[in-house]
Amino acid sequence: MTQSHHTEPSPEPQQADSVAPPRRFPLRELVLFLGLLTVVMVVYSTMGAAYGTRMLVESACYAILALGLTIQWGYAGQFNAGVMGFVALGGFCAMFFSIPVNDAFWNSELPGELGLALLYMVGAIVLVVAASRLDRLGVPRRLRTAIAVVLGVVLYMVVISNFREVAGQIESQAGFIGGMALPVWFGWIIGGALAGGVGYFIGHVCLGLRSDYLAIATIGIAEIIKAFLKNADWLTRGTATVSPLPWPVPGPSEVGFTLARAMYLSVTAVIIAAIFFLLHRAYNAPWGRMIRAIRDNEVSAAAMGKDINKRRLEIFVLGCILMGIGGAVLASFNSLFDPQGYLPLNHTFLVLVMVILGGPGNNLGTIFGAVAVYIIWIMSGPLALSLMEWAATAGAGVFGWEVPTNLDSRALQARVFVIGLLISLVLRFAPKGMLPEKVRHHG
Amino acid sequence: MNELVFFINNVVIAGSVSGSIYAMGAVGVTLIFSIMRFAHFAHGDMMTFGAFMVLLLTTLFPQAGAAIGIPTPILLMPLAMALTAGLAVGIDRTFYKPLRAHGVKPIVMVIASLGVTLMLQGLIRLFAGTGGSSLYVDDRKEIFRLPVPIESVRMPVVITEPQLYLFGLTILSVIGLHLFLSRSRLGKAMRAMSDNPDLAQASGINTNTIVAVTWMLAGGLAAIAGTLLSLDVTFKPDLSFFLLLPIFAAAIVGGVGHPFGAIAGGFVVGFAESLAVFNWSILLRPFRDSLPEWLELPGNLAFVGTEYKIVVPFFILVAILVWRPTGIFKGKVIT
Repeated sequence: MTQSHHTEPSPEPQQADSVAPPRRFPLRELVLFLGLLTVVMVVYSTMGAAYGTRMLVESACYAILALGLTIQWGYAGQFNAGVMGFVALGGFCAMFFSIPVNDAFWNSELPGELGLALLYMVGAIVLVVAASRLDRLGVPRRLRTAIAVVLGVVLYMVVISNFREVAGQIESQAGFIGGMALPVWFGWIIGGALAGGVGYFIGHVCLGLRSDYLAIATIGIAEIIKAFLKNADWLTRGTATVSPLPWPVPGPSEVGFTLARAMYLSVTAVIIAAIFFLLHRAYNAPWGRMIRAIRDNEVSAAAMGKDINKRRLEIFVLGCILMGIGGAVLASFNSLFDPQGYLPLNHTFLVLVMVILGGPGNNLGTIFGAVAVYIIWIMSGPLALSLMEWAATAGAGVFGWEVPTNLDSRALQARVFVIGLLISLVLRFAPKGMLPEKVRHHG
Repeated sequence: MNELVFFINNVVIAGSVSGSIYAMGAVGVTLIFSIMRFAHFAHGDMMTFGAFMVLLLTTLFPQAGAAIGIPTPILLMPLAMALTAGLAVGIDRTFYKPLRAHGVKPIVMVIASLGVTLMLQGLIRLFAGTGGSSLYVDDRKEIFRLPVPIESVRMPVVITEPQLYLFGLTILSVIGLHLFLSRSRLGKAMRAMSDNPDLAQASGINTNTIVAVTWMLAGGLAAIAGTLLSLDVTFKPDLSFFLLLPIFAAAIVGGVGHPFGAIAGGFVVGFAESLAVFNWSILLRPFRDSLPEWLELPGNLAFVGTEYKIVVPFFILVAILVWRPTGIFKGKVIT
């Protein structure tokens, strides 16, 4: 990102550019953002201010997710196909830390039992790890492996049946364990940290290998996180969903929809501005140069003595942290935690389209892509419906078609197709996105 | 002994069923991986497409099978295979070939295949609706209950007609694939191209033909697997969603670019899944009286609940990537 380089009269001397001279005036950015502003204005005037502000807040949340993906994919060439999982983790933390304390749980003997079950779990892990180190005491390696595996299976069984029992008791006596009643921002930060921790685990396993494996593994972890959040009724109430989640700003019931949402929008805007500024600094810092050097030519970067796997892991974890924060902010705004509402289409592929359409590796382009694609996305539902209705009535009139009854659910499926087509077209015809990353070439 | 029969029904048969499905999917994935060098994420949806074609054809000609005495879907499956193979080649020509010509990185091909996944899913849902539907339009699903010829065993071994077809067709396809890859000129050329594409091209192998043949093979196998899976359960547009991870786990377990490894990997993943969700408490029940007093047998001794089944292929995948990234049969490490 060389945005400041263009807008302010830069004091640094003109670089001897041998390939592409930098444009003085960012015409393309200006045109695209003016166009976007016009569209937002149209939405505001037709759908009302409350709706328009909601759309802007949601697209701002998506912009945080897209920034997370753009540093993974755009800066480092890592493809994370499981954004949904990290978003869901963030959403869970936002829920868990901010909702009120459940007295029915804390006043019973259940917290002690849960703590004991968790303690057993830690003890079992310690035992198995210790068993796997037995060869240092002179135990033959094969015997050590056998002991560790058998011990692992047996202890796992003991711990998991104990845990199932406690979880069942919690569900039957207290519903679920409730929240922490802490400030909202606390949950957002923990959400980012938790997503980063899971990202560290996945990255640690996959980043030294072929890039495809990361995509497969992230798809898997996203599904597992969703399955866990959906089925762990004692922790999340599962399909019963949790609402309302508190806001960090006065809610709609106190100051009205538009004002409350506008205040929330300013919170997200501050977050985005902070992330944007930090990423901008990092991109132009030696660290960012190193990341891009690894992306563009791994072999020569390695030959220069860069620790490739460590840098990759750093950037992957950083991206996951941003996704966790974005997911937390999104869940708080929706004021609802519904594990079933996390869908690969809405939370993985939509973000992917935002990034590759906006311009991978270009933060400003990514934010543009996030807002533009989100507007297209939420407008496409009614649009697809009216198109289908028009086609159906035309078909019924001209050819005497029998109109299917579940038209609206089918029309929504058309959006799946459109997102897929968009991905294919962008990759084919505009692989660098609307606002391509500006790579400075120093002669 | 009743418990043993229960074990056979729930682990041996169920594991072989999912193992066969995964194996056929993984063969296609691994062939594409070894020729085109990318993980083809749309494979699960090619399976769904094949099943959907069978559904469509069966709805059009519901009586066709009765004349010969086999279920209509099975009779019409070769047609659906041809259609799916054609679709696979068409997708390659429209979406992947231009990208290959640009010389993009494999990971961009992966993203393109995700785009294709979404398009296929959107189309199938648009035409088939989102609910499930049975492939048995006019026929009836035969369920065989085989009594065990031992006194005191009341529980029969249960196997259904599509499962028998599945086992038969899996064995047939494995033999056919083996003969094709080891005997025929095209199959040998395919293996040559998977080992070294430049050398293969230099020695006069038409790589375009090989690519097309690979897609046809993968598409045909995907159609078989998808159809038989939908026959065994029901046809659902989001079928592929639950297949993707096990199939890739199977391909990586078997060693990428190793068709027979992929088959073994498919069965490893299939059996691991059914062993993990099996309630071992049932098998221990006959020994309940001889167990010591202090050992109380919990009612549920499954490793993971059925709702967490997806953890199993993921765990296998992570384990194999950590300890043996080349797979159990030392596949190629394509970088």
